[in-house]
Amino acid sequence: MSLPKWADVVLIPLINLLLALFVSGLVVLLIGEDPVNAMQIMVKGAVGSTYGWGYTLFYATNFIFTGLAVAVAFHAKLFNIGGEGQAQLGSLGVALVCLALPWPHWALALPFAIVGGALFGAAWAAIPAYLQARRGSHIVITTIMFNFIASALLVYLLVGALKAPGMAPESARFPEGTFLPNARDIFALVGIKFARSPLNVSFLLGLIACFLVWLLLWRTRLGYEIRAYGHSEPAARYAGIAPFRIIMITMLISGALAGLMAVNAVMGEQQRLLQDNVLGAGFVGIAVALMGRSHPVGVLIAAVLFGALYQGGAELEFETSVPREMVLVIQALVILFTGALDNMVRGPVTGAFLHFGRRRPKIDPAE
Amino acid sequence: MTGHSERGRPAAPDAPAIELKGISKAFGTVQANKDISIRVMPGTIHGIIGENGAGKSTLMSILYGFYKADGGDIFIAGRKTAIPDSQAAIAAGIGMVFQHFKLVENFTVLENVVLGAESGARLTPSLSKARKLLTELAAEYELNVDPDALIQDLGVGMQQRVEILKALYRQADILILDEPTGVLTPAEADHLFRILEGLRAQGKTIILITHKLREIMEITDTVSVMRRGEMTATVKTAETSPEALAELMVGRKVLLRVDKAPAAPKQIVLDVENLRVKDDKGVERLKSVSLNVRAGEILGIAGVAGNGQSELLDVLGGSREATGRVTLNGTDLDLTGKLSDARTRRARGIAHVPEDRHREGLILDFHAWENVAFGYHHDPKYNRGWLMDNDALRRDTEEKIAKFDVRPADCWQTAKNFSGGNQQKIVIARELERNPDLLLVGQPTRGVDIGAIEFIHQQIVALRDAGKAILLVSVELDEIMSLSDRIAVMFDGRIMGERLPSETTERELGLLMAGITDTDTPHTVQEVEANLAERHGKVQ
Repeated sequence: MSLPKWADVVLIPLINLLLALFVSGLVVLLIGEDPVNAMQIMVKGAVGSTYGWGYTLFYATNFIFTGLAVAVAFHAKLFNIGGEGQAQLGSLGVALVCLALPWPHWALALPFAIVGGALFGAAWAAIPAYLQARRGSHIVITTIMFNFIASALLVYLLVGALKAPGMAPESARFPEGTFLPNARDIFALVGIKFARSPLNVSFLLGLIACFLVWLLLWRTRLGYEIRAYGHSEPAARYAGIAPFRIIMITMLISGALAGLMAVNAVMGEQQRLLQDNVLGAGFVGIAVALMGRSHPVGVLIAAVLFGALYQGGAELEFETSVPREMVLVIQALVILFTGALDNMVRGPVTGAFLHFGRRRPKIDPAE
Repeated sequence: MTGHSERGRPAAPDAPAIELKGISKAFGTVQANKDISIRVMPGTIHGIIGENGAGKSTLMSILYGFYKADGGDIFIAGRKTAIPDSQAAIAAGIGMVFQHFKLVENFTVLENVVLGAESGARLTPSLSKARKLLTELAAEYELNVDPDALIQDLGVGMQQRVEILKALYRQADILILDEPTGVLTPAEADHLFRILEGLRAQGKTIILITHKLREIMEITDTVSVMRRGEMTATVKTAETSPEALAELMVGRKVLLRVDKAPAAPKQIVLDVENLRVKDDKGVERLKSVSLNVRAGEILGIAGVAGNGQSELLDVLGGSREATGRVTLNGTDLDLTGKLSDARTRRARGIAHVPEDRHREGLILDFHAWENVAFGYHHDPKYNRGWLMDNDALRRDTEEKIAKFDVRPADCWQTAKNFSGGNQQKIVIARELERNPDLLLVGQPTRGVDIGAIEFIHQQIVALRDAGKAILLVSVELDEIMSLSDRIAVMFDGRIMGERLPSETTERELGLLMAGITDTDTPHTVQEVEANLAERHGKVQ
């Protein structure tokens, strides 16, 4: 099919999104609310103020990391749906680093927290990766099972070894030297007023991660091998690319990226280890990677969009009688239209391009 | 089979068995069939020849109801007939034998023949009727098949006969065969042709789709040539020649013979001793293979597909483990350990043009320039420190594209958008330009248009003349005969024998390919088949 790249990357996701929002509007209408009003509240809540932007981008940071995790694995045709568990283990890594020392300054703590989160996330991905590479156990099954194990492990630690005095199953508060500078403080330095929000320097970390993933996939030999393996395993073997090595390395990178989410959520916001600190971001990452076509730029855009949906949805719940579940319905519709129903839009759009574009392919494909 | 039945048989029937008028079909912007008209008289064998992508299969799919034509009419026995689906095609008396058989592996021959044409809810009446018919057909056309054998226990030649029986059971008067000899040994192909001649004698009409000029000359009465979706000519076979047909197919004069000087073999480059390979199920695929290839010679491996040639290439290329001993220029190759991978093999000077360029040789979704590095992406000239030097890669690709005349000459084109011949040129360019000591090349011209075949053969011979060793695997006997300096025949994972092309015949090679070594005594087709069937049963 000869779709121009911009149509593939921008136009089709946009049409998918509009369709999803349209159907969402119908559902809102069905429960007796005004869809236009609801839409306005959502948009205003998400991007209408620095407060809204702060939350939107805070959520987006989580989704960037989990989205990149899924995207990287996807290039090797590995469907890592264990981002949730890997992020939880990442949070454990970050928490252990933060609680280990009375850190004097965040700039010192941050690199160690990054290493801790990445290492724990990667370790959690390593086991399913090994099982896939050596034993052929399907990675979809094993990674999803590891989500449950991660969750149980965290509960075990938070009612035992890591539990702080008190009723709640949570760790002690991190020392102040680990608190990351947030957007309000940073913008205040240059005299801009930015509302209080959990948005912190981790967002920049997310942008750097996007760039590094792009560099990895399209500019390094390893990325070349990952993509080649993802397209065809027999071809990879023929080219001397060892499947075992690619599966392991790709999943380690994927798990590390998922684990890095904890730098934003745990170190940047919660500042202690909670029982459920990932809040489904691991699964949203799948939708983000799907919608972003597994490209870092696409992942970034999709992550911001889903961040806006999260934040706008919270506002909607706050200001109207639209229930919280409605936000989930909207998210589900976006996932449905961008992921599962992609071909529904792709077919007609491709047809339209062929009809109006008259960009004849230079080579006639086989009969 | 050598003799040909008299041409121009039954006396002038009034209407053609099939007539197509102005058939057109487009896929998107690609015009697969352009205003095609053709008349096939009853009781004749009509050949349709053309390169890959010429539109032969599209045309037959329209005739069999798989595609709907954008325009044009189909007349069967003089009556205008609409064929919206394959049911209608069958009702109109058309039977199709596909290149890839459509049989239920774990059903018996009888069950397969009846499948879809049962006369009622109870199976027994249909089966006994079919059994009776099968016995008659066997006697009439040499179509003997054991009706109670399971398909999975039969060799390909037998399976093809079941496909023909299926069509005849449905009372087909018109039989379409799509590349029927691709999987057959020469003996089996001869038998098939005898069956077809028998059918013709009974007044059946046969359409034979092929890219092999020899078969067209051997068996057809008339032949139509297709090029780029158009029917360029329809001629009487007796009044044409292979050269003329090739020119019609390609649109220019083509050299059908490979032009090469006698080989001047030097020292042994590749020495294989007692090589054994087991597949995942523990079945031995290579059984003590020994051979050698010298510098400056082409060793051709002949054999029907699936007799261990692929495994041999895999082992030497580094994507499969084996036991035995292999030396390259006198030093051992690691066959099982850490250094048995393809990357190490390349570093040792072995280049490999794989049998299946779609599965192995190319990443179809990669750009041409990304494919040019495939397997050699660790080469320092493609890299700058940690990063790949994509500019250098693209410059290199442009050079190779120019040198090997790849079209379109666009290094940003995705591999899947090139035609088969140009895809193969990309692979050949990548492997040959490494100037390897040993070139492994599997099916170099499969799915490649005639024009590109000529060019690819020249490149391989040029590498030989530069003093390199070449191991060629091909199922096309013509290719083996014309390209090789020495021929080894493989059957059932063994080397059955070695011959010099000047001192052997296709018939002798054909018998070796069927596993029969003593070629002094004459052999019947039945013996060859029995041998094949026995071997097939063992493998299953």
